[in-house]
Amino acid sequence: MQAPVLHIIGLANIVRERVLPVPGETLARLNQKVSSGDVVAEAHFAREHALLDVARILRVSPKMANSLIQCKFGETLAAGAQIAAGRGLFPRVVKAPSAGRVAAIGGGQVLLEISESKIEVRAGIPGIVTQVIPERGVVIQTAGSLIQGVWGNGRIDAGQLVNLMEQPDSVLTAAQLDVSFRGAVILGGIVKDPETLKAAAELQIRGLILSSIYPSLLALARELRFPIMATDGFGPLPMNSLAYQLLSSNAKRDVTVNAEAYDRYGGGRPEVIIPLPVAEAPDLAETVEFAPGLQVRMRRPPALGALGSIISIKAGQTALPSGLRAPCAEIKLTNGETVIAPLVNLEVVG
Amino acid sequence: MPSSLVDGNSLLALDIDAAATRAVLFDVVEGEYRFIASGAAPSTVEAPFKDASEGARNAIQNLQNVIGKTLLDENRNLITPSQPNGVGVDSLVVNFSAGPALRVVIVGLLKEISLASARRLAESTYARVVETIDMSDSRKPAQQIDAILRAKPDLVIIAGGTDGGASRSIQKMLEPVGLASFLMPEEKRPLVLFAGNEKLTEDVQALLKDQTGGLHFSPNVRPALETEDLDPAQSELARIHLEIRRRQINGVDTLNLWSGGNLLPTGYAAGRMVRFLAKLYASSKGILNVDIGASAAVIAAGFKDKSTLNIYPQFGLGEGLPGLLHHTTLENILRWSPLDISVGALRDYLYQKSLYPSAIAATQEDMAMFNAIAREALFLAMQAAKRDFPRGAARIKPDLTPLFDPILAGGGALNNIAKPGEALLLLLDALQPVGINTVILDQNTLLPMLGAAASQNNILPVQALESGAFLSVGTVISPVSESSYGTPILRAKLVYSSGAEARVELKYGTLESLPLASGESATLEIQTLRGADVGFGAGRGGKTPVSGGALGVVFDGRGRPLNLPTDAVRRRELIKKWLWTLGGE
Repeated sequence: MQAPVLHIIGLANIVRERVLPVPGETLARLNQKVSSGDVVAEAHFAREHALLDVARILRVSPKMANSLIQCKFGETLAAGAQIAAGRGLFPRVVKAPSAGRVAAIGGGQVLLEISESKIEVRAGIPGIVTQVIPERGVVIQTAGSLIQGVWGNGRIDAGQLVNLMEQPDSVLTAAQLDVSFRGAVILGGIVKDPETLKAAAELQIRGLILSSIYPSLLALARELRFPIMATDGFGPLPMNSLAYQLLSSNAKRDVTVNAEAYDRYGGGRPEVIIPLPVAEAPDLAETVEFAPGLQVRMRRPPALGALGSIISIKAGQTALPSGLRAPCAEIKLTNGETVIAPLVNLEVVG
Repeated sequence: MPSSLVDGNSLLALDIDAAATRAVLFDVVEGEYRFIASGAAPSTVEAPFKDASEGARNAIQNLQNVIGKTLLDENRNLITPSQPNGVGVDSLVVNFSAGPALRVVIVGLLKEISLASARRLAESTYARVVETIDMSDSRKPAQQIDAILRAKPDLVIIAGGTDGGASRSIQKMLEPVGLASFLMPEEKRPLVLFAGNEKLTEDVQALLKDQTGGLHFSPNVRPALETEDLDPAQSELARIHLEIRRRQINGVDTLNLWSGGNLLPTGYAAGRMVRFLAKLYASSKGILNVDIGASAAVIAAGFKDKSTLNIYPQFGLGEGLPGLLHHTTLENILRWSPLDISVGALRDYLYQKSLYPSAIAATQEDMAMFNAIAREALFLAMQAAKRDFPRGAARIKPDLTPLFDPILAGGGALNNIAKPGEALLLLLDALQPVGINTVILDQNTLLPMLGAAASQNNILPVQALESGAFLSVGTVISPVSESSYGTPILRAKLVYSSGAEARVELKYGTLESLPLASGESATLEIQTLRGADVGFGAGRGGKTPVSGGALGVVFDGRGRPLNLPTDAVRRRELIKKWLWTLGGE
């Protein structure tokens, strides 16, 4: 059976496609060196529109109104610019209610885009642009450590990693945060209360890497401007031992936190990247066949979030304490304990 | 239909939901179609696999291992038709429910009339209504355009106007739809289904043809003010659903090719089968099919003159689990748990489990939480679906569940329960049936497969249904009664075909059962006490033939609606006792 792979790995060749959801402009060039916060593509879209019913205002037929409209499709108009004028001694006039761009003309009406927003796609990882996708974005490549998580608040930033975790189940509190952490990425364990997140926001930190976050804090976390990522899940979950080991041993190094939301269909995951100056690194496999010796992470109890290695794949179906029967593996956890777990509850780590 | 008409074609059916993919083989044995075997594998719609056909191949591979027959070639493609050397199958049908709920904008004239019909139509597929526009909408057209743009719909359903009726108002409502669609990038434009005044077809073509991702028409869902006809539009919507899935999900095209286009949304296929059964049995009671799985909760009900199909992705047990808390509370979910579980643990479970819909319960506590959530989700789905049941449906009391027989139940949640008694208690709690019902478990999700197969082979569904492929749980007697706990409300005598008898006295607040094996039938003589009603009338008893099953004849004296004790300790003890009575733990 094929297993999904969660990447927590010390050295890998990391390749990421960063594209706009709609056509726009690619700003980065081929072979350009980018840092994680660089904007590599952008698109503009209108947040609001104004529909001017010229025919009704001028009291003419739509056909007649079309002939009286003076602006053109795509034209940018200033606020108050004349759009159409009627006929006669005292003609009625239709003016643009705000500055905007003519998005459509027809049926005696004019549709104006009256406020514009920009979508920006940031590099997300520091690296080299290896491919430019016209009007969409780029492919970026780098080498380094990669630690993927399960939840992110959608922000990206980079900074020096500061470790505030003493052990994998450490709880981060507001009292631990002081002004010396301004501009840093904090490795923080479990967050239980809103005060801690607010204190981190006040300090203007550049990122927060957690093992888990309480569900009641998700709405607040999404509002904050710095990236927040959870490696293991929700509630009081300790950090898996491999992520803890990799992150805590890289304290004081520059790290990038791309806390993009987990996209179960597209495959995007929140991740921490620690760039390393190496010429070559192994490629990443997204799926592998379950086999003895593979390192796995438990997705459900028993030992939710714990890592272990597969001792054996059980033949046929195995009865579980829940009463269900399923294809299972025998796992030796990192704490020495041995458990039986359904294959569908496992993901390979590497 | 005489068996000699069966031409012997084997049929493979696939069911692909968010968590699991099942492959089921039907073939002719001794002149009749039978369920042969099934294989399952985790679904592969999501990353990192991102290809629905991979999970299908894995499930077929597992089925091959069970039956010892080759179905896939060396490139893992399905061999069809079957070859002289016995490999392959003759045909394939596919049911599909995986993928994110479709984002749907509904547009209608009157809120209570055409918009309500458009909403019911949207509820007949795996969809979420993200924006509504009707005549009473006070927003300016430009604001409606912005609202549609923000909603990012996959589909716009437009209804309104009786045939030959209002047209100008609908034309006016087409404008924001057309303009919003025109403003979207071409590849993101929504499909549009027009199911309104048929007189407007040409106008709709002229206005929207070039602006949408695809324009579809169906007969008017409201041909007259007092008439609603959703069936033809549901059929068109099923086609649209799959068109969207083919664009969104890799591998759906392969499955469509393999099956020769015989691909249907699972819920729609189940609804089709329930309609067929309602006509076949033509009983005064309705026929109910419920399915609770990772993608959605589906309630399909067939009555003499009307069928209803409600698909609720918001009550599915997969990626949308945290969203369940928009419809209920943690405390409401925990009322169903036999174990003492904290609200915090349950909240964490909802979020954590949503990350991995295909994960299963390995521990007792995980199973208790999963079952409690499944109960609450199915309960909410049933309460919502009840609003669409016809007023004339046979009932004991207006506000209770109508009379149904049989009740067929399936889906991942029920398949992931080890014992039939636990599954039955889940169904009794969530659906709260009344009167006398036969309860059948569809452990292999066969019913929608048979609904899909019906278009290829109309003998197969009938013969497969009668072949014992479903697990009969038994007959359930649920009196409607208002009494105090422990008061006798019913006495019954079960007369077996051998002449032997078994008796039971049912007290209010309890569950009882009498053995009656699968395939056996008996006569049940019921005497109701204190005005209890099992469908013969308040306080009236009667005789009825009953059929057996895994749990025989079950008497549910817990009252309708079911009121669980507010004291948590006592409630948990009672749930454990009820589970024990039905052979659970």
